[in-house]
Amino acid sequence: MNFPILSSLIILPTIGALFILFSRSSSNYNAAKYISLFISLANFALSIYLWLLFDSTNSSFQFVEEKNWIHGFINYKVGIDGISILFIVLTTFITPLCIISVNSTIKNKLKHFLVAILFMETMMIGVFCSLDLVIFYLFFEAGLIPMFLIIGIWGGERRVYSAFKFFLYTLLGSVLMLIAIISIYWMTGTTDVIELYQLGIDSKYQNLLWLAFFSSFAVKTPMWPVHTWLPDAHVEAPTAGSVLLAAILLKMAGYGFIRFSIGLFPIASEYFVPLIFTLSLIAIIYTSFVALMQEDMKKLIAYSSVAHMGFVTMGIFTMTPQGIEGSIFQMISHGIISAALFLCVGVVYERMHTREISKYGGIVSVMPRYAVVFMIFTLGALGLPGTTGFIGEFLILLGTFKVNFTVATIASVGVILGAAYMLWLYRRIVFGEITNAEVKKLVDLNRSEMIILSVLAIVSIFFGFYPDPLLSTTSASVEGLIELFNMNVKIYTASNL
Amino acid sequence: MNLQLIFPEIYLSLSIMFLLMIGVFKKDSDNLVYNLSILTLIVLLALVINLFSINESFVFSESYKIDTLSSFMKVLTIVSAIFVMISSFIYLKTLKILKIEYPILILSSILGMMVMISSNDLIVFYLGLELQSLALYVLASFNRDNVLSSEAGLKYFVLSALSSGLLLYGCSLVYGFSGSTNFTYIANTSLDMKYGIIFGLVFIIVGLAFKISAVPFHMWAPDVYEGSPTAVTLFFAALPKVAALTVFIRFLYTPFVNLIDQWQTILIFLSIASMVFGAIAAIGQLNLKRLIAYSSIGHMGYALAGLASGTNQGIQSSVTYITIYLIMTLAFFSCLFMLRKKNIFYEKIEDLSGLSNNHPILSIALLIVLFSLAGIPPLAGFFAKFYIFMAVIKQSMYFLAIVGFLSTVVAAFYYLRLIKIIYFDKSKEKFETDHNFGLKLTLAISTLILALYFIYPGILNEIVSKIIII
Repeated sequence: MNFPILSSLIILPTIGALFILFSRSSSNYNAAKYISLFISLANFALSIYLWLLFDSTNSSFQFVEEKNWIHGFINYKVGIDGISILFIVLTTFITPLCIISVNSTIKNKLKHFLVAILFMETMMIGVFCSLDLVIFYLFFEAGLIPMFLIIGIWGGERRVYSAFKFFLYTLLGSVLMLIAIISIYWMTGTTDVIELYQLGIDSKYQNLLWLAFFSSFAVKTPMWPVHTWLPDAHVEAPTAGSVLLAAILLKMAGYGFIRFSIGLFPIASEYFVPLIFTLSLIAIIYTSFVALMQEDMKKLIAYSSVAHMGFVTMGIFTMTPQGIEGSIFQMISHGIISAALFLCVGVVYERMHTREISKYGGIVSVMPRYAVVFMIFTLGALGLPGTTGFIGEFLILLGTFKVNFTVATIASVGVILGAAYMLWLYRRIVFGEITNAEVKKLVDLNRSEMIILSVLAIVSIFFGFYPDPLLSTTSASVEGLIELFNMNVKIYTASNL
Repeated sequence: MNLQLIFPEIYLSLSIMFLLMIGVFKKDSDNLVYNLSILTLIVLLALVINLFSINESFVFSESYKIDTLSSFMKVLTIVSAIFVMISSFIYLKTLKILKIEYPILILSSILGMMVMISSNDLIVFYLGLELQSLALYVLASFNRDNVLSSEAGLKYFVLSALSSGLLLYGCSLVYGFSGSTNFTYIANTSLDMKYGIIFGLVFIIVGLAFKISAVPFHMWAPDVYEGSPTAVTLFFAALPKVAALTVFIRFLYTPFVNLIDQWQTILIFLSIASMVFGAIAAIGQLNLKRLIAYSSIGHMGYALAGLASGTNQGIQSSVTYITIYLIMTLAFFSCLFMLRKKNIFYEKIEDLSGLSNNHPILSIALLIVLFSLAGIPPLAGFFAKFYIFMAVIKQSMYFLAIVGFLSTVVAAFYYLRLIKIIYFDKSKEKFETDHNFGLKLTLAISTLILALYFIYPGILNEIVSKIIII
């Protein structure tokens, strides 16, 4: 283990970004595009290699690298376990697709856009493998800068409003987390996650600290009622930005809940389960209804993301292996499917320059290939068996039924609502009479669009039928986490008797 | 007595007189004196660094103190003075205010600051303060044909005189009740809580708060910042704060260290008020210099928060903060100096509109500086705030920490607004690109430090951790 494979994963996109930024050929867009594509594909290959090397029977952290950073205070520490590896692979998988997709969508300052995406990749991978709270915070926050620019520079009409809302909401949530991190340091003398797992945090302070972390993750997830930034950000962001946002940025929070909320504050997590369940149910039911009412395609998918993430938070806080594994699976699945849906929206938006659902209708007769691909992802999003969406939702509901029957029943209604809004969206766009003359002029998918979407479709269907590679990667680590959790809760209840 | 310890100050005084002679007797020596002043500062820097290794020692019967804090702050002052001078050369030249008095006044004010930084006695401290301030009054109104500049000078003079009066009154109270002007001696007598000393302490804190423009004694700052020539504004925003902060540390932690319960509340109030006010008041500003004035008020709030914690770690975090603040200020003003077209310098926020289209590199530099000022990781500004709140939270001052962080979010709004104007809006002005080497160098160095600080934050920490006051 001499080769620092994780650090290379983190630093490689940045090197690529700097190379593009300082290369002289400002007019030559193709060069920048090929460099960034090459870098991101290399990173993807590296992460697959990492996955192959990864020992999934071992629940402890692997590939751990530690370096002295601020002397005697904070160490740069990265490492992965079965939970984080999948998110890293997801990140490196989605990024090249984003880069291919910018081909047609970004007209001005393409070079800077690619630089921002590559910086973003560094931050996202960093979030998923940092094993020190301060390092985690650094990556978590630094990701705001490129995303703010992506929305603000290349976004739509109300981009300034959306970019500000995105930035300030997330920053406000995160500063409280920073206070909590510093408090943890002064309580325990370390911010090293592995050490903190073993040391445990005084149960007196866990509730407050949990809330501070929650404030950050809840905004990022996003949970009801702090979800309002997401539809705005999604609607205004360029397609590639929406894809990154939906596929990876939202997952940071889910990952944070698993890694930090449950891992560090087990007793508080137990205590706040009712809160999470309530908010998740509201997210599932309420935002599904909101999604039904949307006139804007992107907004509809954004609200559906909120509902899906509601399932994720619910599954995580069931504290059962099925629930947590299901949540991880659901996050990966949502990463693939929502990315694909945003790309699908991007495809027609590029041609028609409107996202209003009523302007479409009858696309199937002019874009048959598009109709097929869009169908696959619509069914994936509503959780049809045979797609990844099904496995995730099924496992989550399985876990929830085990702990709380009522919650699970209500959540199941959400599945039906999900089917309703997705199918209705599909019907309104693809079927029906062609009412708009411009729809007749639409051209079917071109080659690069076809490549991206079919790759996503294949992955989604493959893991829908054969989820084992993903589930077996996570299961050992998830069980380790739950064991730790149960042990802590047991000690706590024993001491309180 | 060891005169070697005050050799830098002696050297600087002699140089000032020598340069004055050159200026008087040689015709058209503006450039020469300017360049010689920079040279003087570089030599001075070497002399001060030479004293770095010396342990705590006193001269002039314990009224003048040389220790790590004073050496570090002097180095900070001199280095930023050098960069201030090399970056503002073109500005002064263009505005035709490059006279021989300018560099000499700057040098005198630096001499005053050095005396302030090292003072261990009320009278020595006051001497340094006045030397520094007198030079600054003239500098503020240096562009004398400009109404705003003259107004700035007068305003600064009147308000500063008022604060000096308060300060002096406080000093006399302290002297009256303790029987000495020496810090160390006062510390020993202030144990038996006399009310007179506490009154004196409050007056002194008020006077000093004026100098670093902490709320509610900040009223002069926006007008003076806006009215003064930009080169002088840079000087105002950077150097006097270092000296005043050092004096703050000295006062609070040497003579009045036993009265910590008394001054801690005042400092917490000053800090919270500055952070909140600095964040909110900056939102409506249209002039970049006014904006940076409010921003610097906010930043002083954070620096004071570190001092309020009453620990060595708090002091160290404040010193770190002011160091990074200086770098950010230098970088920001270097960008301002670059907004020049046909001998006019632009300083309205709207002039930045769409800057990224015509000046990509300058825009990236500004982007880094602004995000750093907002305190977003991984830039240096984040670490500055991080250390402050480490110290604050260690003392369980959660209220201060939470207010501080929330005002960071509010402050982020106006920095983001600038970024929005630079990057999201339509382009308007196209500025000239032929900047002189000194300006480019200042901008490059300061921006690189801000951007790459996170790779090895230990360097600054190791030096600063040697500053141990209590």
